[in-house]
Amino acid sequence: MVHAESPRALHRFAVFLASCVIGLIAAGGLVKSLEAGLSVPDWPTSYGGLNPPRWWEIENVRAEHGHRLIAGTVALMTVALAIWAWRREPRRWVRRLAWGAGVAVLLQALLGGLTVLLFLPTAVSVSHAALAQLFLCMVVAFALVTSRGWRESIASPELAATGRDLQALASGTTVLVYAQILVGALVRHTGSGLAIPDFPLMFGRWWPPQFDFSITIHLIHRIGAVLVTVAVVTLLVRIARCSSRRGFVVPAVAMGLLLVAQVTLGATIIWSGRAVLPNTLHVPTGATLLAASLILTLRSWRAAAAAPASSRTVGEPAMVAA
Amino acid sequence: MKHTFFRLALGLSAIALLAACGGGDDTTATTTEAPLAAVVPSGGSGSITGLVSYSGDDTDAEINMDADPVCASAHSDPVSTESVVASDGNLANVFVYLKEGVGGSHTVSSEAVLLDQTGCTYVPHISGIQVGQKLVIRNSDPTLHNVHALPEKNKEFNQGQPFQNMELEKSFDTAEVMVRLKCDVHPWMSAYIGVVDHPYFAVSGTDGSFSIEGLPAGDYVVEAWHETLGTRTQSVTVGDGAVTVSFDYDA
Repeated sequence: MVHAESPRALHRFAVFLASCVIGLIAAGGLVKSLEAGLSVPDWPTSYGGLNPPRWWEIENVRAEHGHRLIAGTVALMTVALAIWAWRREPRRWVRRLAWGAGVAVLLQALLGGLTVLLFLPTAVSVSHAALAQLFLCMVVAFALVTSRGWRESIASPELAATGRDLQALASGTTVLVYAQILVGALVRHTGSGLAIPDFPLMFGRWWPPQFDFSITIHLIHRIGAVLVTVAVVTLLVRIARCSSRRGFVVPAVAMGLLLVAQVTLGATIIWSGRAVLPNTLHVPTGATLLAASLILTLRSWRAAAAAPASSRTVGEPAMVAA
Repeated sequence: MKHTFFRLALGLSAIALLAACGGGDDTTATTTEAPLAAVVPSGGSGSITGLVSYSGDDTDAEINMDADPVCASAHSDPVSTESVVASDGNLANVFVYLKEGVGGSHTVSSEAVLLDQTGCTYVPHISGIQVGQKLVIRNSDPTLHNVHALPEKNKEFNQGQPFQNMELEKSFDTAEVMVRLKCDVHPWMSAYIGVVDHPYFAVSGTDGSFSIEGLPAGDYVVEAWHETLGTRTQSVTVGDGAVTVSFDYDA
């Protein structure tokens, strides 16, 4: 199948938007790290107007109002992307993906406003965090499928032979990373980040001596980190054995590096008593890891969809030429 | 002369009304008198006076106000959190009230209780108020604040005061000891208000003393509440005169 080409500028704009979304997620992480979510008590206005007086001079207001300004800019950019795609993107499902991102960012804004007006209920705040990641995934997916590499990959018979085992492994890793981020959001928004105050031990042992809700979800997050590590390492080994194509190797290596950074940040949060910088960076690093995993997953699906039936063996890695 | 005075009063009233309406909602720019937390009811001739003592040191932490340059420039000397204010063995900022033994209904004081935000701190740090009594929250600072009440029994609220001299009027529907208020803009700002359904309460001063007056004769349970050191309770019998009680806190 050969489809008409998406405008290169549209793809580049989508890549830029994806990086802005990661910046927006980082800004949201900063708001939570500073506990500044209610420092601007009204919504959609800020202290009754567009910009509170001296907002850029006051740390918490700068964080919360800055988050709103970035969010507003990203929302406008997403609407622009959707309109652009509607006019220039030849594939219907890609156009729908862009509109889906537009709807997601508007829902995200509503959730953000709702959590302020309702005094940060955990369910709404965690939903806000969860939808942020889905919105990022939509924009990343749009950027990927409008890239030249996506179109070329369909015409590559050696890549098509990669097989479904990689598809399943990459998909499972992406789902696992997303689930880990959801648990992380629950940890953050229930104030459970220091429920287990030491690392790598837990209360000086290898297993917590007692449990409550905070300790349990904190423990689940740590176990999740182990599972994600196993999944990413397995994926890396799998890619190293079956493919040297840039489209697979780059996101796989990125995932490895991001995983190391993420685990280091997680440990630093504990050791520093939840210092603002590592506590903030932990959020966009996790989001970028999810984005890299999604890219790898979508490429593996693309390869599997094009693979001939004879090459779709499970557990038997197919060698892919560079 | 009489007509001139009447017109002048009418004009001033109209100006005051316009000024009051300018803030919208329940945020106003008017000025309200500032009574202290303790009130002197007229229910009887008994009283409870006493002293709150503390065996530890003043352990208040110093506040870093660098997060807002206006706050940092408002103080030439270090400012403390006021969580434990003690001197010469006496403890300030202890809310003392009648927990049990008060019957009947009580007239709600018509005087408003003032909670001022000045120098990016709440003044007073600890106060008391009757159910239904007016609470005026003022922003005396040339910077913005949000006022975020965190009650468990009353209704939570969070409202902004972006401009100097803005005032906000609130009241509480249910007795609750204590209601915490905080500013999410300036995380070090915290205040507590004891909401009771009678007028018999006081806050210990810097010398540790307190006085609850106008009490009818009877048997009461008196509780002392401190934000970090907890509560102490005593039973007392009040007659026509003064009864002295003391509360002791250890470090």
